[in-house]
Amino acid sequence: MKPAAFAYLAPTTLAEALEMIDRIGDDGKILAGGQSLVPAMNFRLARPGTLVDINGVAGLSGISGDSARGISIGALTRHAAFHTPPFSGPLADLLAKVVRNIAHYPIRQRGTFGGSLSHADPASEWCLVTATLGATLHIASLTGTREVAAADFFRGTFTTALQPSEILVRIDLPPLGAGWGTGFYEFSRRKGDFALAMALTALRIEGGTIREARLGVGGVADRALRLAKTEAFLVGQPAHAETFAAAAAMAQDSIDVSEDIHAGADYRRDLLGTVIRRALAEAAA
Amino acid sequence: MTWIGRSLPRLEDPSLLKGHGTYVADHADGALHVAFARSPLAAGEILGIELPEIAPGGGQVFTAADLHGVGVIRPVLNRPDYRAVGQPALAAGRVVFPGQAVAVAVARTAAEAEDLAEQVFIDIEPQDPILTFDAALAEGARAVHPEAPENVLVEGNLKTKGFDEAVAQAAVVIELDLRSRRQSAVPMETRGGVASYDRATGRVTLVASVQMPHMLRTGLADVVGMAESDLRVIAPDVGGGFGQKMSLFPEYVVLVWLARKLRTKVAWIEDRRENFLASAHSRDQAFFVRGAFSAEGRLLALDANLKSNVGAFSCYPVTCGVEPLMAFGELPGPYVVPEYRGRSRGVTTNTCMMAPYRGVARPMLTFTMERLMEKAAKALGLDAVEIRRRNLITSFPHRSPTGVVYDEGSYLQAMEAAVAHVDVPAFRARQARARTEGRYLGLGVSVFSERTGYGTPVYAQRGMGIVPGYESVDLAMDPSGNVEVRIGSSPHGQGLKTALAQLVADEIGVVPDRVRVIAGDTDATPYGWGTFASRSMVIAGGATKFAAEAAADKLKAIAAKMMEVEVGAVVLDEGYARVPGTNKATPIPDLARAAHHQSQRFGLEAGIRTSGFYDPGGTFSNACHICEVEVDIETGGVKILRFVVVEDAGVLINPMIVDGQIAGGVAQGIGNALYEELIYDEDGNLLTTSLADYLPPTALEVPDLEILHMETISPESVTKAKGVGEGGTIGAPAAVLNAVADALAPFGVEIDEMPATPQKIRLAIRNMAIRNTRAPADV
Ligand SMILES: Cc1cc2nc3c(=O)[nH]c(=O)nc-3n(C[C@H](O)[C@H](O)[C@H](O)COP(=O)(O)OP(=O)(O)OC[C@H]3O[C@@H](n4cnc5c(N)ncnc54)[C@H](O)[C@@H]3O)c2cc1C
Repeated sequence: MKPAAFAYLAPTTLAEALEMIDRIGDDGKILAGGQSLVPAMNFRLARPGTLVDINGVAGLSGISGDSARGISIGALTRHAAFHTPPFSGPLADLLAKVVRNIAHYPIRQRGTFGGSLSHADPASEWCLVTATLGATLHIASLTGTREVAAADFFRGTFTTALQPSEILVRIDLPPLGAGWGTGFYEFSRRKGDFALAMALTALRIEGGTIREARLGVGGVADRALRLAKTEAFLVGQPAHAETFAAAAAMAQDSIDVSEDIHAGADYRRDLLGTVIRRALAEAAA
Repeated sequence: MTWIGRSLPRLEDPSLLKGHGTYVADHADGALHVAFARSPLAAGEILGIELPEIAPGGGQVFTAADLHGVGVIRPVLNRPDYRAVGQPALAAGRVVFPGQAVAVAVARTAAEAEDLAEQVFIDIEPQDPILTFDAALAEGARAVHPEAPENVLVEGNLKTKGFDEAVAQAAVVIELDLRSRRQSAVPMETRGGVASYDRATGRVTLVASVQMPHMLRTGLADVVGMAESDLRVIAPDVGGGFGQKMSLFPEYVVLVWLARKLRTKVAWIEDRRENFLASAHSRDQAFFVRGAFSAEGRLLALDANLKSNVGAFSCYPVTCGVEPLMAFGELPGPYVVPEYRGRSRGVTTNTCMMAPYRGVARPMLTFTMERLMEKAAKALGLDAVEIRRRNLITSFPHRSPTGVVYDEGSYLQAMEAAVAHVDVPAFRARQARARTEGRYLGLGVSVFSERTGYGTPVYAQRGMGIVPGYESVDLAMDPSGNVEVRIGSSPHGQGLKTALAQLVADEIGVVPDRVRVIAGDTDATPYGWGTFASRSMVIAGGATKFAAEAAADKLKAIAAKMMEVEVGAVVLDEGYARVPGTNKATPIPDLARAAHHQSQRFGLEAGIRTSGFYDPGGTFSNACHICEVEVDIETGGVKILRFVVVEDAGVLINPMIVDGQIAGGVAQGIGNALYEELIYDEDGNLLTTSLADYLPPTALEVPDLEILHMETISPESVTKAKGVGEGGTIGAPAAVLNAVADALAPFGVEIDEMPATPQKIRLAIRNMAIRNTRAPADV
């Protein structure tokens, strides 16, 4: 379990980093928290010829904004930055709730928000958050910065819209202000394991009726999925268990679920319904 | 003052906790590194091996063709049903399991050795792999080894005289078809060895992460073809073994061969993937059992058809008989079984070799007997605790139908104590309330025996070619009054050095700090068998007690001369030889000095050097585990809410260490019950080769335990201590799974497999709910 030989570069500015990855092309890999890349290298599943370590690049981490205006998250912001809500309001509470489900304490000290999105594990919590809430991703290259909607960013298991010459620098999450309730439910084999299924939702409920809805699921397909049809169904419905069960059934019918050694398709589809019902119930509570 | 019975902080811990422990990898400085090229396939003929082009100085690669004079590993069991199969150090001609070592690369660094190993191309004509006992036992199945055309390496058979009659008289016959999935012991530190050649003497020293250094030396010397005295084996600090590190593995043969061949120092530190793939597996068992009960719930007869998938080879020295023959011989557990019919087979397949893992066959046989009691109680309308009362062994010594003799135990009393502690009626009330809220709680009981500290008689009865069991101890006091105890046992995390120091301290009257226990070095310790089978405290402890008694006798003789009193008047206590009732006292260091430097005064051999030897027949400890769970019926997830252990291990030398053994064992038992499973796909690829796929429980899945103790004194142990190394693992799975079954009773779901994963539990609930309209409708 020793990686194949590689070269190591440690730029200190974004411009320098972009110049390096542009020059190296396909043979290079960006190193952020290393919590996914380094294990893959040790298994020799990943064999980059050159690592470009962006941990020393200034200006890539930090959180700004608030629940009402939306927030910006630097790509190099560590998961642990969300252990206590970094600001107030439903959005911050949701992120603080979600982060506890990502791996374990030591991993959360190193792993980064941008690394999770770039890695695009189908069961990544941050991928689910960005897909469901409709985040905008800011991607830099030597030719400038482009903005990509989360919906267009995730292309499949470990596959994104990122080119080898690009660095994800910032993620903007839209507002989720007063009046929104949020729910998140994840089922994994052990605490800290990747989810076998998870659901994230935000509901704006007035007088018992759902006025706005966001709903997404992760760990059940090749990427996090925002369930736009189910969201549309929820709007105008009473916020009670029957509605949630109907929403869950809709999602179960529409998703071609993945299989692995811990969850075959039958069980995963079953779980999918449960996590959706529980997340919705939490948001409505 | 006595030291026995005190929770003395472990003498081992300060260095381990401060990072001063030295594990095998800490011995690798200056070594060349070794990596193995392993078979990517489960079975096939090797057509050729293409080696990489290597630039001068870039390392070397060797294959079986290079291993001149090296033999195969072939453990012996003297039974007519045993088929001996030889395991080569490197595969020659064919591969029989995925991950089998085929070639070895040596280079300056581990990374470079891996670079070389991955360039070895092994051209294999694949065969359809035989992975399960069903495939291996099928009509016309291909033989995994020509030596065993039926794919059965060992088979036990027994039928008692009154069996048929007992079954005919039964009011009810309960059938069980239980399965335990393949598991790994997952020691925190993987295997590893550093072999170095001494040019001055021609000797090789192997530092290896192992549980039985003397045995390893014997095996290695035989296979490599060298004198044992030319080989020194050292077990340094070892990061867990649990049985996985008590066999002679091909990798160690190759390391010793390489050190001699290259006349240098070579190191191999196994990675986690290799450990899952190619060290040893266990617990791949299927038990089909019928229990015949009288109307009063008395077990009249047991009928067992047991299968163990022992993998591709037989582990040295204990052989592939260890799981199937223990299952066969000890199935009755703590219960009176008047009549018995048993058949137990060790089936060979194209999978990793089975070796002992903490508890060996007993987690599964306890699961079996405890499910049997539960199901029989249900069928007969009896309380599940009451039916156990009627069947537990209560008179001693007890002889089982397979000839196992049980010494004094407290099976019934331990269960009663556990049941009282838990307060079952209060639980039942909580359970009923929870059910009205749609929450499902369950309580599971597990009563079991743990055969510990057994010497040569038990192993000899199994027909083992190499009969382990005894222990020898050499004790010496130096002139400054400190004691050195050299033991053949080889502790690796158990705290044995502390416990033995407590024993010695009581005999000799010194503080435990003054007792240094030396273990794990064939040059520095007497020949012995290492640490496994819950034996070290009983057997090494007994031998240590004898050695310490002899040393105390000599100290007293010297003290008597020095103080001019009768020997019988001297006692050793708190660092002094005293004569009670007088003010006569001599510090023990003065006695030690006199023994060495004034020896002419005493008419005795100079110095204080004694030895002890112990080879007992064995003693049973016992326990009752009770577990409370909540099952989330919508996800199949299980949460353990409470876990109670009432343990009887005789006299506890160090209660804290005993509790630690129980806690670690229960954690592994919980893993066995709910989480851990090695999975091969149909082509024989192991899918669980990292700790992201193979899931031992973490601190978050293991509850705090409530541990209570009982103390039954057995004449079978001179220290009055019974072994306690495996009990946690033996009893926990049945307690957890009975609790899950109890929680799911409203659904009629049967728990017949371990691990009971969320997927299995949830699908079983859903399928039952679909079939049974009376079950809660909202499932
Ligand atoms: C035991 C364990 C359990 C885990 N459990 C979970 C879990 O439950 N949920 C979860 O979401 N994650 C989990 N993870 C993964 C963890 O969250 C990682 O931190 C995360 O997936 C990757 O982030 P990183 O910063 O470590 O990225 P790295 O490992 O450094 O990089 C990952 C990939 O992203 C690329 N990359 C990184 N940053 C950028 C960037 N700014 N621009 C472009 N490309 C970039 C890298 O080149 C690489 O290909 C677990 C990890 C471990 C070891």
